[in-house]
Amino acid sequence: MIDPHPDLTTPVIWGLGWFWLAVFLMNTGWAFLRWRYRACGASGAAEDSARRRSSVRSVLFWGFYAVLLLAIAALHFAMAGRPSEFWFRLPEAFKDTVDELLSNPVAYFVLWIAAFGVPVCFPAWVAKPTVGWCALNAALVFLGLSLTDWDFRQIVGKPDNVPIVGMLFLVGFFTWLYFHRATDNDRRLAEGRPLREQENNDEVLVWPDLVYIELICMVALTALLIVWGIALKAPLEEPASPVRTPNPSKAPWYFLGLQELLVYFDPWLAGVVFPALIIVGLMAIPYLDFNQKGNGYYTFQQRKFAVVMFMFGFVVLWVSMIGLGTFLRGPNWNFFGIYERWDVHKLEVLDNVNLSEYFYLHSPDWLPWAGPLPQAPPEASTAARLGYILAREAPGIVLLFLYFGLLPPILAATVFRTFYLRMGFVRYVVFIVLLLLMALLPIKMILRWAFNLKYIVAIPEWFFNI
Amino acid sequence: MSLRDYIRNSQVWRSVFRHPAPKDRRNRAVVILTNLILHLHPVTIKQQAIALSYTWCMGGITFFLFIVETITGVLLMFYYRPTLEWAYQDMLALRDAVSFGILREIHRWAGHAMVITVMLHMYRVFLTGSYKPPREFNWVIGVLLLVLTFLLSFTGYLLPWDQLAIWAITVGSNMARATPFLGHEGPGFQLLNVGGFDLITSTSDARFVLLGARSVGEETLNRFYILHCVGIPLIAAFLMGVHFWRVRKDGGISQPL
Ligand code: HEM
Repeated sequence: MIDPHPDLTTPVIWGLGWFWLAVFLMNTGWAFLRWRYRACGASGAAEDSARRRSSVRSVLFWGFYAVLLLAIAALHFAMAGRPSEFWFRLPEAFKDTVDELLSNPVAYFVLWIAAFGVPVCFPAWVAKPTVGWCALNAALVFLGLSLTDWDFRQIVGKPDNVPIVGMLFLVGFFTWLYFHRATDNDRRLAEGRPLREQENNDEVLVWPDLVYIELICMVALTALLIVWGIALKAPLEEPASPVRTPNPSKAPWYFLGLQELLVYFDPWLAGVVFPALIIVGLMAIPYLDFNQKGNGYYTFQQRKFAVVMFMFGFVVLWVSMIGLGTFLRGPNWNFFGIYERWDVHKLEVLDNVNLSEYFYLHSPDWLPWAGPLPQAPPEASTAARLGYILAREAPGIVLLFLYFGLLPPILAATVFRTFYLRMGFVRYVVFIVLLLLMALLPIKMILRWAFNLKYIVAIPEWFFNI
Repeated sequence: MSLRDYIRNSQVWRSVFRHPAPKDRRNRAVVILTNLILHLHPVTIKQQAIALSYTWCMGGITFFLFIVETITGVLLMFYYRPTLEWAYQDMLALRDAVSFGILREIHRWAGHAMVITVMLHMYRVFLTGSYKPPREFNWVIGVLLLVLTFLLSFTGYLLPWDQLAIWAITVGSNMARATPFLGHEGPGFQLLNVGGFDLITSTSDARFVLLGARSVGEETLNRFYILHCVGIPLIAAFLMGVHFWRVRKDGGISQPL
């Protein structure tokens, strides 16, 4: 019998062969650069000899790694005709383990936080070229191996998803580049040397120095687009039908972060208020950041808070959620592992509880308020009804009041004392409200995962749920 | 006299370019000053300001992709009719009847790429602190451009009129129903009523304005088509003009003070 979802076929193995060959070429280039660098370092100074020996070791290591990659590529080309016997693939046990351990939003989110935390805590280490290169190789090896899985290929190889894979690599690369240049500058600042941006900084003529860069860039991009256009066909599905809803129905990829928010917040927040606040918040950044340092050069130490905040928003709340929505959300908006078959019948028990229900129904009996939810009798007047609703939602309302009303002054007196003094009242209020709103996203997500919390304030009568 | 010099010195050539070839310092300055497109640039610039590892070239690439989109988009308009009857048919024809046709592909991939590069551009502008004085307002213009880029892509997403298209737009626009006060399922819409009549209903709320109907249909297609091909590009092009002008007026690409 022919497997309708084969993990490996002859064309796939061929393609992977080319993939490994490309990784081999990259690493050969890298090993060569290491070797050249070693030659440069050979200035004869005594202290250089230890460094030289270690760089010889590194050249050997990367050379060996490159040869290994070449062997892997050769194996693919040699065995492409016999997919059933091809053994260089991910073991099922590994795939199952990954799916089991990682196929939930919590693990995914934690992984991204970790990936974000490493450069923030160890910028100088991450900034090393070797570390960046190792990370790139790890990502490529993971991608290459995972591509031997049918389900992984389905989701990653979808024409509209290919750019997103590219985006993940680009964001990773540029984040590394940032830390690389910022650490360099931070070191220069500490030693009182001029910044990298201030060295070799002659005034040059735009023609040719800039115009040629632009020309080369345009030619390269045109070539890239043509190759991309030939290699990947633009998707065209069945003709539109207003009655047949596809499962899952996904928004365009750049809005998937917002669609993910819909899991945790009502549409008026996730779809309207938060997007509007993101836009307003972005626009407000230049007027809130009073730190005059770090204008026009890369630095981390001089503006740690700003960079950490922005990176958290951009990488963890925006890019990672796009990745989640694209690759891990399947039918019925269920969460699927990267190697898991998209099963329409997968059931996930959703038993979410409102804060008011926790407060009244789930409190131990000896607490005075334990009991049924306050509910207006049918003949109650509008005002009385209002009273009952407010009483029912009081716990959430009080919490939100504490969060937005009490936290800002406390923070202003403690952690954000200098902020408050330098910003003044109005700017501080705008800043802290935006910050607290941003923090509300991960907070609500964590509450959902940890306590199945549905709404903090739930007033469906007015379409007002938070 | 070589052919090249002959052409360069001909009356026709000189009437177009108004100066000799940009081979010496003077003419390399003149070429920037006298050419409409090149004069977006200054004549000279700091070496580190144009270092690839500094700007990542992302703003320029975004602009280039916008131009690619404009050209391929106009070409696509020749083949595409925004009606329920034809939209999908024209897509099929583009796919099946044109040999070696990659027009639609280039338009789509360059569109995706533009969304990615504009985000990366914003990322680098933040990381170099280039939004700080005196460039605050250009950052604001930039945020508007970011939103417009999303909207360009969003409105274009509908035009193929396949399942992917209408359901993505349906999902993306459903939330407008819940706009506070202005959506017919949003908090507070009941407050907008006159003498007991709700002003905000499913045929007058924010979503209706967006779609031109109660669900994604022919009116939506028409609306999105015009926004995608005329409205948003015009606004975006205007704002890009302002953006580039401000880059120059604010002192060129940012540098340590
Ligand atoms: C369609 C979208 C956009 C285009 C075509 C565009 C284009 C450009 C170009 C060509 C530059 C020159 C320097 C460079 O390439 O980095 C630039 C600079 C700048 N852009 Fe944009 N941009 C766009 C969107 C944005 C966005 C979304 C932001 C921020 C939210 C932004 C903020 C800035 C700022 C502040 C500068 C000055 C940077 C400096 O002096 O170093 N732009 N833009």
